[in-house]
Amino acid sequence: MHDFPLSKRRIILNINSEDVDIYIRAADLLLDTIRESLGLTGSKPGCLNGDCGACTIILDEKPMKSCLMLTLEAEGKKIMTIEGLKNTPIQKAFIEHFAFQCGYCTPGFIMNCHSLIKNQPNADPHTIKEWLQSNICRCTGYQEIETAVLSVLRKDYNK
Amino acid sequence: MRVIGKSVGRKDAEEKVTGAAKYTDDYIFNNMLHARVVCSPYAHALINSIDWSKAEKVPGVRSIVTGVGLPLTGEEIRDRSPIAFKKVRYHGEVVALVVADHPAQAAEAASLIEISYTPLPVVNSPRQAFQPDSPLVHEHMEAYEINVNVYPEPHTNVAHRTKIRKGNIEKGRMESDVFVEGSFSFAPSDHAAMETRSCFAEIRPNGDVIITSSSQAPFMIKKLISSYFGVEIGKIIVNTPLVGGAYGGKASVQWEFLAYIAAKSVEGRPVKILYSREEDILTAPVHIGLDATVKLGCTRDGILKSAEILYLFDGGAYADKSPDLSRAAAVDCTGPYHIENIWCDSLCMYTNHPYASPFRGFGHSEVHFAFERTMDMLAKKLKIDPLELRYINAIQPGDTTPTQVLLNKSNVGNVRACIDKLKELMDWNGETKIESGKHTVRTKGVACIWKTSTIDPNASSGVILTFNPDGSVNLMSGVVEIGTGTKTVLAQILAERLRLDYDKIHVKMKVNTQTTPEHWKTVASRGTFMAGRAVLAAADDAILQIKSIASCILRVRVEDLEIDSGKVFVREEPGINLKFEDVVYGYTYPNGNSIGGQIIGRGNYILRHMTYLDADTGAGKPGPEWTVGAQGVEVEYNTINHTYKVVKAYSVIDIGQVLNEKTARGQVMGAMSMGLSFGGRETFYFDQHGRVLNHRLRTYRPLRFGEQPEYAVEFIHTPHMEAAYGARGVGEHGLIGMPAVLGNSLSLAAGVELNHLPLIPEQIWRAKRRPQE
Repeated sequence: MHDFPLSKRRIILNINSEDVDIYIRAADLLLDTIRESLGLTGSKPGCLNGDCGACTIILDEKPMKSCLMLTLEAEGKKIMTIEGLKNTPIQKAFIEHFAFQCGYCTPGFIMNCHSLIKNQPNADPHTIKEWLQSNICRCTGYQEIETAVLSVLRKDYNK
Repeated sequence: MRVIGKSVGRKDAEEKVTGAAKYTDDYIFNNMLHARVVCSPYAHALINSIDWSKAEKVPGVRSIVTGVGLPLTGEEIRDRSPIAFKKVRYHGEVVALVVADHPAQAAEAASLIEISYTPLPVVNSPRQAFQPDSPLVHEHMEAYEINVNVYPEPHTNVAHRTKIRKGNIEKGRMESDVFVEGSFSFAPSDHAAMETRSCFAEIRPNGDVIITSSSQAPFMIKKLISSYFGVEIGKIIVNTPLVGGAYGGKASVQWEFLAYIAAKSVEGRPVKILYSREEDILTAPVHIGLDATVKLGCTRDGILKSAEILYLFDGGAYADKSPDLSRAAAVDCTGPYHIENIWCDSLCMYTNHPYASPFRGFGHSEVHFAFERTMDMLAKKLKIDPLELRYINAIQPGDTTPTQVLLNKSNVGNVRACIDKLKELMDWNGETKIESGKHTVRTKGVACIWKTSTIDPNASSGVILTFNPDGSVNLMSGVVEIGTGTKTVLAQILAERLRLDYDKIHVKMKVNTQTTPEHWKTVASRGTFMAGRAVLAAADDAILQIKSIASCILRVRVEDLEIDSGKVFVREEPGINLKFEDVVYGYTYPNGNSIGGQIIGRGNYILRHMTYLDADTGAGKPGPEWTVGAQGVEVEYNTINHTYKVVKAYSVIDIGQVLNEKTARGQVMGAMSMGLSFGGRETFYFDQHGRVLNHRLRTYRPLRFGEQPEYAVEFIHTPHMEAAYGARGVGEHGLIGMPAVLGNSLSLAAGVELNHLPLIPEQIWRAKRRPQE
C-alpha cells in the first residue's frame, strides 16, 4: 500500500514583509500554501508546470513561478505576492491602458512587470520581451500590456 | 452624449490589479472535499472492468463514482453520460471520479484505479467519419432524445445536417463562366483560457443544490441539472463569480455535472473540482475542427453566381453544442456577399476526438477561412484585385442572406465602407509581393467577414435596478463578466439613460441565479445588445417611478418632468426640483407622512421574430443583425526556411456605435491575437489512435508577449436601430477573418495555395513539396 504522508511540519515564511507561522506538508507547492494556508488567492494556478506565469510572485527581488517551488524552499526568503503591492505605478498603468480583461493572468503579469521595472529600469524592448514572454495572456493582444510597461519605464527615465 | 463612447475605467479594474478579484477556485472553505477525475487513455474503447479496491484504501477517500446509473446529457442530443458508461469515445473522457479530503489524496487514489479496456477502431477525422464504411461512434443514435431543429442520421456518424438551398444552383452554374474549387481542413484545437474550469457544489439539508462554477451559462446549469437529475428548478442556485477567460469554452455544461454527482455521493457535502491544465485541454470541450470543400462560380466580370459548399465539422465524440455550431456556419456559409444561388450542406460529424463547444466566432472563423481562401483563388484566376472582387460582390441592404433574410439599413453593416477604410489603412494597391531582404518577401492578404448570432429564439435577458439612499443605483444583470467589460458598458448605458454620473452606478459583478435576473448565456457577442436593451427598459421603468412620485410632491404632471444629474425637475422651471436621494428611497413630508419607497426598476428583452430554419432549404431568421468587417495582415516571409513574421494586422469593423473606445479596441485586438494564434500555430496533434499528443501549454503554445503584430483597428458606424445607442456586437468579430488573411498573405508569399491550418513553417514546406493540382 502506498504510504501517504499528510503529516505537517512548522515553518516560518516571510510574506509581504510579515513573518507567518504555519504548518505545511513537505510536498506542498509554494503556490498552494500561499493560496490555501494564507488565503492570498491573487496568485493563480494556470498550469502547475511553469508554462503560463499566472502564479508569478517576487522572491528576493526576482520574479518566480510559485508553482515550480516547494514551500520548504522558500524558508528564509522574502516572498512578495500581488497582495503586497499597493498603488504601484504598474498597477495604475494597467488600469489606465486597459491592460487586462478577464484579469486572471493579471496578478502574475503585474508581479513580473513590477520586478522588471525594479531590476531593469532601463530595459530595452528586447529585455522587456525576454522577461514578459514567460507569462501568457489569452484576452488582450499584448499591445496594451506593452504600453502599460513602457509608460512606467518612460516615467522612470524622466526622473 | 455624456458617457457613451468614452473610455471610462472598468468597474472591475481595482479588484483585478490588486489580486482581490475572486474566481471560482479562489473560494476556499475548510469543510470542502476535493474531486479528481480518472481519464481514458484511449480514444475509442470498451470498458471491461474498473477496479478501485486499492484506491478506496487511500486515507481520506470518501467516495469513488463510475458511470453506472447516470442520466444521459446533451443540449442538442442527449448522447453523453457525464462519466463514461461501458464505452469511451475520446481520449481524456472521464471514466471515474474520486472524492477525498485533500486534493493530493484524491489524486493518489485516482492513480490507483485499475481499468481494463478493449480498444476499438478509431474515427480520426470528419472525412473518415463521412465514409460509408467508417466505424460508428454512436451505434444507437435513434435511441437518443433529440432537441427540436436537430436532424441526426442514424447508422451514420452524422449528428446533424443543415441544408441551405437558396435560388437555383443549376441556374447559377449555367450563368457562371469561371469556377474554382478548394478543399480546406484543420484539426480541433483549444480555448486555453488561463483559468482552468472549476466548480464546487453542495446539497443543503433542505434539498437546495448550490453550485458555484466558472461558466458562461449559470442559468443553463440550473436548467440542465434540474432536467437531468430531477431536482426542482427553484431549489438550484448557481453562482458565477468572475471568470478567467472563456471564449465559448465555458458555455458548455460538463464539470458542473461532476461536482454535483460528487457532492451527491458524499451526502451533499461541498465538493470542489478543479481541472488540471491537461484535463482542461483533453477532457473539457474544445475548439471545433473542420474539413471543407468550396466551389465558386462567377461571370467573367467577377459577379458571383453560384456557391456549392460542403462543411464537415469535427464535432468530436458527443454532440453538445456542435449541431448548433454547424448550423451557425451554414447561416453565414459564404462570406458577406450577395450570391443568388447557394447550395450548402453543413454537417456535424461524430468522431473519436474531444468534443467541441462554442469557440469565439461560433463557426465563423472556421468557414471564413475556407470561403475567403476560395475568394482569393477566384481573384487569382480572374486576375482581379482580391479586394475589388470582394467589393463588387459585397452584400448590401436589399440583398438576401443564405437563409433568405432580407437585409435592410439597420440589420446589416456597411461592407463596402469597411473595404474602403481598409484599403486606406493598409495602403492597399492590389496584391503585391515585395522583396524586403535577401531571402524575405513582404505580402498582404485581406478578407471580409460577417456574423449574426444564432442563439435560441426565446433567449432573454433581464435587468434589475435598485436605488440607494444617496441616489446611486445598483445594476444587476445575469451577464457573466468573462473579461469583455460588458458590465462596465452596461453601466455606461444606464448612466446615459438616467443622465446620472457614471460613478453613481454600482455594478454587481457576481451572478447568482436566485437573485440576478436571467441572461440566457454570456455568448455570441449578445451581452451588450440584449442586456443593453434590458437596461434601457429598466431605466425607463425607474424614471417613470421617480417622475410619478415627484409629480405628486411637486404638483405637476409627469410629462412636464425631466431628470438630469441626479435631480428630477420641472422642464420649464428647473429651479423647481427634487434630488434623487429625496425621492428614490421614499419621500417624507415635514410632518412625517411618507410616500413611495425604494425605487426598483425592472426590464427585460427577448429577441424579435426569430425563427427556426426550414429543414429542407434552411430558410429562416436566425439572428437579429449582422456585424460586418474587412480585415488584413502584412507578413514578412523567409523563402528559405518558411518562417514568417506577422508585421501588422488590420481590422475595420462596422460597430454601429462605440460604447467604450478602449474596451472595444481591446476586444478587437484580443480577438485578432487569438485568430492569428489559431491560424498560425494552434492545433491538436492526434496520433493514429486518436490520442492528443500536445495537452500542455508547453506543447500547445498560444501567442506570447512580443509575438504580437502591430494592430490597426478602425470602426465604421452604421447603427443597428434596435440596439442601445445603435451598437453592434463586437466581441468575436476581430477573430473571424484572421486565419483567412494569414492564409491569403502566405499563399501569395510562398507561391502555393495554403489550405490547411495551422500555418506553421512545416505546413508551408509540405505544401510546397506537394505537386500542385
